[in-house]
Amino acid sequence: MDTKERIKERLKANIISWDEPFPRRIYFSVQPKDIFDTARFLFKELGLRFAIASGMETPQGFEILYHFSDDKTGIMYSVRVLIEDKQSPQIDAITPLFPGAEWIEREMWEMLGINFVGHPNLKRLLLSEDWPEGNYPLRHTT
Amino acid sequence: MSHKVIVPIGPYHPLQEEPEFFRLYVEGEKVVDIDIIIGYNHRGIEKLSESKHFDQVAFLVERICGICSSSHPYAYVLAVEDILGGEAKVVPERALYIRTVVDELQRIHSHLLWLGLAGHFIGYNTVWMWAWKYREPVLDMFEMITGNRNNYAMFKVGGVRRDIKDEDIPVLHKTLDELVPALNMFKGAVMDDPVIRARLKRVGVLTKEQAIEWCVLGPTARASGVDIDIRRDEPYGVCDRLDWKVIIEKDGDIFAKTVVRILEMYESLRMIRQCLDAMPRGPIDADIKDVPAGEGIGRVEAPRGECLHYIKTDGTNRPIRHKIRAPSFMNVASDKVAAVGGTISDATITLAAVDPCYCCTERVVVLKKADNQKVMNGWDLIKLSQEKTEQLRKALGDARGK
Amino acid sequence: MDIRLKALTRSIWAFHVSAGSCNNCDIEILDCFTPRFDVERFGIQLIGSVRHADALVITGAMNRKSVPRMKKIYEQAPKPCVVVAVGQCALSRHMFRYSYNCDEPLDKILPVDVYIPGCPPKPEAMIAGIMKLVDKVRSHK
Repeated sequence: MDTKERIKERLKANIISWDEPFPRRIYFSVQPKDIFDTARFLFKELGLRFAIASGMETPQGFEILYHFSDDKTGIMYSVRVLIEDKQSPQIDAITPLFPGAEWIEREMWEMLGINFVGHPNLKRLLLSEDWPEGNYPLRHTT
Repeated sequence: MSHKVIVPIGPYHPLQEEPEFFRLYVEGEKVVDIDIIIGYNHRGIEKLSESKHFDQVAFLVERICGICSSSHPYAYVLAVEDILGGEAKVVPERALYIRTVVDELQRIHSHLLWLGLAGHFIGYNTVWMWAWKYREPVLDMFEMITGNRNNYAMFKVGGVRRDIKDEDIPVLHKTLDELVPALNMFKGAVMDDPVIRARLKRVGVLTKEQAIEWCVLGPTARASGVDIDIRRDEPYGVCDRLDWKVIIEKDGDIFAKTVVRILEMYESLRMIRQCLDAMPRGPIDADIKDVPAGEGIGRVEAPRGECLHYIKTDGTNRPIRHKIRAPSFMNVASDKVAAVGGTISDATITLAAVDPCYCCTERVVVLKKADNQKVMNGWDLIKLSQEKTEQLRKALGDARGK
Repeated sequence: MDIRLKALTRSIWAFHVSAGSCNNCDIEILDCFTPRFDVERFGIQLIGSVRHADALVITGAMNRKSVPRMKKIYEQAPKPCVVVAVGQCALSRHMFRYSYNCDEPLDKILPVDVYIPGCPPKPEAMIAGIMKLVDKVRSHK
């Protein structure tokens, strides 16, 4: 079974939608509550490399894409989650799985105001100490 | 003895060109912990991107970092071309070759720059001067092709902005030929020098497991045995049509990182030569007018590692989200494990070994306050590093000068 | 202008400060000290401690986190001290003018003596700028 098939098989219960818009680009959605399990499977069991995560505010909520790279085939698997609660958005941190995610989760926290539950070091990364609390630069509605 | 000493490096040090704040916690001579504070170069580029149209964004992202000045615009246009169906489908042949030439020339200039700085940190000031002297012909080549030594303004969605003139090609070949003896000199000076081997081997080690856990990229990863290179894994430009190889070392120490960078320069030289010889005639720009709604990811192998841009569009002439991830964002975080356990005299070179491009990433080092404070500044730390080299040289009985 | 500053134009000790720059200008400044351009023949040196500085060479788009540090450095520099703004970002913040993190241009924060435009300015332009500064200082009655 190749990597794509293994993901579809093992994460069957988590996957909400699956999209392959171009060769080497796969986007699939999971529920926010399933991100830890999904990330663990992709990183620890399949050995995919975590490239980065990108968060953005949409009218429906906060969308985060976790980009994993399969270096053997050049395919990017991007896991999409949508956090619908815009008042106090939160999601499980994946930093406890591997330290490489620490900085980007801190950045998304300070730029978008998303709480990463279980993050060992959630404090400011880029913004200065005197940057006003509650002001999240990447939100459209600040 | 538990006498904690804070050794701040930064934020302003003459040879660390970008301000970052590293706090080293030491006990005696050994580094026990490190805080990294960044944020001194954060200019809000991702947000600015949302208010610029696609052509303007290319100019904006070029100024994320001066050293990998062509990697960011290349990754950005690849992300937009991803939405249009992919670089190979959209961009004319000749433009692909020109893109690869610019990308590989940049790798050579960046590695030479790093070599110079690294040489200075360990006390080989002549290496610094020679490396930067031989960078000048590379910058001359850039000026010939793009019109500028830095900030090339070459990449646009659908092609490149300037062509390489036929009469310039022999001049480029000649300059590349003249670069080879210089590279041979550096290779000999670094790889065969027993003092440098003693100074850099087993220093600042990042194991393969650590490299994977911290998701590091580029020469930092390849020096630890992690076999990743975007030019081979997801080829762009004409990388898959050229004859070149990925350089992998196993030890993960600073010597390995240096060797990877030096050998990569030879590979880049070969790639540029092949491009100049094989470049077909034809247009250099597909003249793209509209970008449909969608999302795309573009990645290139910058001198420091994988540079990734993610773009989301909605059919208008601006991106609605532009995520920029420079390679140093992942690499510098790994300093946490690479520098800890080493000595203070090795600290500067270890931190510099990932070739940090702070303006790309914004590395911040946070210092924790300790009890008994004997503070050393960055200048003292470099001196310590250079003194260690001197001691090693004496110990090895090497009477050669710098 | 101060007689001390005039005397110092024979041997300018420059201290480089980056307040949120992309590093291009910083590398070109360092390039001035390498064999091709070699500004040391004009007596200009890059030094490691601001306490000996005659000139502050400042680059960068005035990032919010860097500005307080830059101001502290200026206070630590012994006066008289000239301020050289190098690069478009130091002149006007360039394309980061509307960024949420770059509040004010350099000349609203510190008194600037020389502006060297460019993105990045070529080493020749920087040398020309420094020479203009030297002339300005020497000709001042």
